[in-house]
Amino acid sequence: MNSGKTMTTGCHFSHKHILGIEHLSAEHIDHILQTAESFKEISGRSIKKVPTLRGRTIVNLFFEPSTRTRLSFEIAAKRMSADTFNISASTSSATKGETLIDTARNISAMHPDIIIIRHSCSGAPEMLTRYVRASVINAGDGTHEHPSQGLLDMMTVREHKGRLDGLKITIIGDILHSRVAHSDIIGFARMGSRVFVYGPATLIPVGLEKLGAVVCGSLEEAVRDADVVMTLRIQKERQSDPLLPTFREYAQSYGVTREIMALARDDALVMHPGPINRGVELMPDVADSSQSVILDQVTNGVAVRMALLYLVMGNT
Amino acid sequence: MSQSWLLKNGRIIDPQNGVDRQGDLLVVHGTVAGPGEAATDEVREIDVQGCWIVPGLIDMHVHLREPGEEYKEDIVSGTRAAAAGGFTAVACMPNTRPVNDGMAVTILILQRARDGFARVYPVGAISKSSRGESLAEFGDMKAAGVVALSDDGRPVRDSQLMRRALEYAGDYGLRVISHSEEQALGRHGVMNEGVVSTSLGLMGIPTAAESIMVYRDIALAEYTGKPVHIAHVSTIMSLDLIRSAKARGVRVTAETAPHYFTLTDEAVAGYNTNAKMNPPLRSEPDRLAVCEALADGTLDAVATDHAPHSTLEKEVEFDLAANGIIGLETSVPLTLALVRQGLIDEKRFVELLSVNPAGILGVTGGSLATGVPADLTVINPALEFDYTQDTVVSRSRNSPFLGWRLQGRAVLTMVDGRVMYDLNQRCEQRSS
Ligand SMILES: [Zn+2]
Repeated sequence: MNSGKTMTTGCHFSHKHILGIEHLSAEHIDHILQTAESFKEISGRSIKKVPTLRGRTIVNLFFEPSTRTRLSFEIAAKRMSADTFNISASTSSATKGETLIDTARNISAMHPDIIIIRHSCSGAPEMLTRYVRASVINAGDGTHEHPSQGLLDMMTVREHKGRLDGLKITIIGDILHSRVAHSDIIGFARMGSRVFVYGPATLIPVGLEKLGAVVCGSLEEAVRDADVVMTLRIQKERQSDPLLPTFREYAQSYGVTREIMALARDDALVMHPGPINRGVELMPDVADSSQSVILDQVTNGVAVRMALLYLVMGNT
Repeated sequence: MSQSWLLKNGRIIDPQNGVDRQGDLLVVHGTVAGPGEAATDEVREIDVQGCWIVPGLIDMHVHLREPGEEYKEDIVSGTRAAAAGGFTAVACMPNTRPVNDGMAVTILILQRARDGFARVYPVGAISKSSRGESLAEFGDMKAAGVVALSDDGRPVRDSQLMRRALEYAGDYGLRVISHSEEQALGRHGVMNEGVVSTSLGLMGIPTAAESIMVYRDIALAEYTGKPVHIAHVSTIMSLDLIRSAKARGVRVTAETAPHYFTLTDEAVAGYNTNAKMNPPLRSEPDRLAVCEALADGTLDAVATDHAPHSTLEKEVEFDLAANGIIGLETSVPLTLALVRQGLIDEKRFVELLSVNPAGILGVTGGSLATGVPADLTVINPALEFDYTQDTVVSRSRNSPFLGWRLQGRAVLTMVDGRVMYDLNQRCEQRSS
């Protein structure tokens, strides 16, 4: 009778902060996804607002430029009637040499309920938790994690496939620098999916197996029979580290084309965390094909972030 | 006229002179007195039952931060920490502000050291301002008192400069201490490259960044016939290179630091900036190899790389945090742990922390022979203590061992027969 799936109804969600998928059990991930699924309905209404977080103050603290993620969090907060404030690196004191800790303490003194932080240094959100009373949600830290993106990816796949367990999830591209890939690998693996990665050796970090991913030897091997093919935004070089000769060669050797997608399952999904380099990691016809769920990812992003805001405020 | 002392009922471990016995040690007029020798003036007796009496410990790799960064440490505070940790002498690296690349800074350091609590042996820079471009004036610095040469922290990239440094240093009887690192490989890295760096999303420094330069330095020492000392060795490959070079008769010596045989990169978890140093904490196989190399003689010395930093440098994002930890006050208990684990014996402990550093630097010490200056350390190997923020003697507190319960510590540190540190406050310490 009690198959384990019903466990979630009694799930005690006790996370004050969302720093990474690594800290979330399968049960908690499932609970977040279920909560997000119920919030998704709100976004379909003509009046897209519920009073759940009325009177709550949410600060978007972005030390790195971001349009999509910040907007998504802001819409999520507003749909729940929270008051939101945006602090971006260009307007904050960060550029004046004020330390993260000083900034954190100043913001904390204004008693926000939730701080959503994006920072170019891995671990900055975890550090923030030591200096503020508010809940902290990681909106992307360095090359560490981007948990809300990982959750919205899982939500999107589950929505289309009805499950995550047993699926073959393939991630192609710059795994080394991708916080999205890190969150996805940990999350999908924890939910019972089989995660495969592929990319140039310069962009595959050591020890991925420990995170739960299989590193493939060829693009064909990676894509064959996949249920999901996710490509990542590629950068040619970072801080003078020569990672790739040209985008042209990357597109030829690692780009996902219609021909490559033919190796995947017929009903395979095409995903990308955005923004896409069309014609480099993903060919335009694949990005725009009926298999593409890239815009569903964006829609689900709002629902997942509503769920996170709701849950860290102690609601279950 | 200095006080005479009779240290009673200790275990005297003096491997240089083949001594390991229970008994008393007499210090008269600042020197170790021979058996049966009588003190002419009043002798103060100290019962050191249960303790070891060893030649004064020497830390051949510390950063005292003076001149230039006295808010982190200065020569007085650093040597006070040294004495509290059982060290009677330290060799201080030249990466001060300005860099110790000439007589003026060397003289300043030695002048300040007169108010210190341990002997201070300045290490001079290899290159002017440690920029790696042209040789510093070794002769001048030697005359002023440097005991070795190093561009520690700013590894010598130019192999020709390194070759010339080894050759020219030989003319003055100075040894080059190499911080062996191919920086291009670690340019983006902030910790050891491995599973932990991947899961923390921190860029890695591969072990090859160290071993490539260890090999270069060995090759140059072998080719020129000059000695070289490799600082803070942390990897299996580096140790293998040193082991085989020694077997071929290359004049290479090497040190490691307690953190490399005590911790692994797992200590970085939670983005602990007190576990950030260069070279970085490595993997468990590397740690075990370091332990083995301390036992088999591949490594000659334990040196702390004591690197004080304030919260300004450490309470920041991991990527932005400065490298280095303090180590003077934890070296003895952490190295004693190896003795307790049966990895090294007491004699080897004294060799690693006293005899060999003295020999490599060519300074006095490492011996309790009759007539030598009474630089000695009394260690209670059983004494347990909590190492906490409040107990730190150094001006900085950047240690990954804070909160640890440690076992074994110096209870009495003496330089020239003068008490520099006394845990039990039985004797008045020198004031400053
Ligand atoms: Zn160094």
